[in-house]
Amino acid sequence: MTGVRPILAVVIALAAVPLITDSNTVLNFLVVTLLIALAGQGWNVLGGYGGQYSFGHAAFFGTGAYVTAILQVRYNANAWVGFAAGIAGGAAVGAFIGVLTFRVGLRGSYFALVTLAFAEVLRIIASVAPITGGGVGILVKLDLRAAALQFESRAMFYWFILALVAVALMIAHAIERSRFGTWLIAVRENEDAAKALGVNVPRVKLGAMVLSAAITAAAGCFYVQYFLFIDSGIAYGTRLSIEALLTPIIGGAGTVFGPLLGALVVQALGEGAKLIAGDAPGLNLIVYGAVLVLVIAFAPRGLVRLVDDANRWLSRSAKLESAHG
Amino acid sequence: MFSPLILITAILNGLLTGAVYALVALGLTLIYGVLHIINFAHGALLSMALFGAFFAFRLLGLDPYLAALFLAPALFAFGYALQRFIIGPASHGDDRNILLVTLGVSVVIENVLLYAFRADTRTIDVPYAFQTLDLGFTFLPIPRVIGFGAVLAVAVALWALMTWTDLGKAIRAVAKEKLGAELVGIDVSHVYAVTFGLGTACVAIAACLLIPTYYVNPTVGEAFVLIAFTIVVLGGMGSVPGALIGGLLIGVVESLSGLFLGESLGQIGIFLIFIVVLLVRPTGLFGVKA
Repeated sequence: MTGVRPILAVVIALAAVPLITDSNTVLNFLVVTLLIALAGQGWNVLGGYGGQYSFGHAAFFGTGAYVTAILQVRYNANAWVGFAAGIAGGAAVGAFIGVLTFRVGLRGSYFALVTLAFAEVLRIIASVAPITGGGVGILVKLDLRAAALQFESRAMFYWFILALVAVALMIAHAIERSRFGTWLIAVRENEDAAKALGVNVPRVKLGAMVLSAAITAAAGCFYVQYFLFIDSGIAYGTRLSIEALLTPIIGGAGTVFGPLLGALVVQALGEGAKLIAGDAPGLNLIVYGAVLVLVIAFAPRGLVRLVDDANRWLSRSAKLESAHG
Repeated sequence: MFSPLILITAILNGLLTGAVYALVALGLTLIYGVLHIINFAHGALLSMALFGAFFAFRLLGLDPYLAALFLAPALFAFGYALQRFIIGPASHGDDRNILLVTLGVSVVIENVLLYAFRADTRTIDVPYAFQTLDLGFTFLPIPRVIGFGAVLAVAVALWALMTWTDLGKAIRAVAKEKLGAELVGIDVSHVYAVTFGLGTACVAIAACLLIPTYYVNPTVGEAFVLIAFTIVVLGGMGSVPGALIGGLLIGVVESLSGLFLGESLGQIGIFLIFIVVLLVRPTGLFGVKA
């Protein structure tokens, strides 16, 4: 269990970065890292704590992004309103998919498949529908005012996404402390036993799904404000779904800091690969896929718990040795 | 309204396409039936096999149908090694881990292809690509007719293998009762790897049947594998006849919805079937309740 203090410490340390450096490269790297961490934290709520592995979190990210963009561009809405509506839109998609799937008790690989299919359906619709700009996508007008949720300095964007990540970290912390979180973890560990003990399994899963979708949707909303562009491939493509599950799995699923650590590792490795082999399409995803397999093979509980696991393993072998000695 | 002739042609074409879908799905359902895992790398393996068939033709001048004789064993070996040395050991026998490992493998394969060959779409020209079979009332493309026949042949061969050989018996034993099979001396991880290899070999043959009339790029397999998932779920996970009939059915649905709704919405039709089947009857048309 992670307390509030380490969360505060990490957030404060990260918040200090723009005071040390104003390098656009560094800040951009960190903004993208935090963006993936946020999407991953969303996945972590449902997949990490609840054990329901979604392969289609792009469905929420993309909906958040499109709602934010469409409200601003087509309906002249305020960006902050668009942002909030984007989160609500993502949560609504999460509720819709959750109601459909959990009521009939889909789990495991079936659940993974169905989420994947929903993201694909949304991608195809977004690539032809007029309101999403079809294959061209949507450009949001440049308007560098805080009221339009666009900032001239990259540091402001950075602090904004850091604040969102901080909220997500606190949500994960709250889950670990709450009764709801205990139910959720019980569902992950043994669904039938949880049900036998009186946990309303579909309801708990649905709650986790909505929360999870809202967090990942927030990442999508931020994406639009930061890059001022969205199209169907970015919004609903498999890449985002993979990144959202990759970060918590690598960092440690069902831990507060797992997604953040995973995002840092994944981003650093991706950039490192670029430095070594040049910026070629596919390169960083090769690294992601390989890391995913390696982590599951050698640190199946994620990097956060690696130290923990190593200690336990060492002390056990020490004990064995003394027993045999 | 469409004339019945156009409808019949669309249905026949759907059956021919569906046969190749069925072959891809056959590999998937075979792996599921024995290993009880969903192989997310199936599509990436199909892309890989399509590149294999493409380069066999371009560089060696090998006819795709001939190339199948080499590509099928090659991909069998690849699939065998993949399961035996990567997927099996890396996933520690945990279902969720297996899902993630096959996903990771698929991401790696797909992007190695992207890195090596870029996103360009490639095609080959075989002299018989546009030859047709005259049925009197309509024409059918010869390569697809050959494909249909080949799929039936593969299905029969697989059935014979499963029914009459010791290997087939061992595979069925492991599928039914893993622990019991282990106790009577069957090498389970070998059987797992062989099954995975067989599933991958199905994909290799499908690739050779597709390439004369289709194209290849690094992500082409993705589209197929979602269709294959749909078929496997529709037919019932692990059911071989289910995969065959499901494949033909989906081929016809795709062909007809393409006719009535246009190409891109036709694709949505397949996904909607997929979602509805999963929600309403996740055991499929031919599956048995777990």
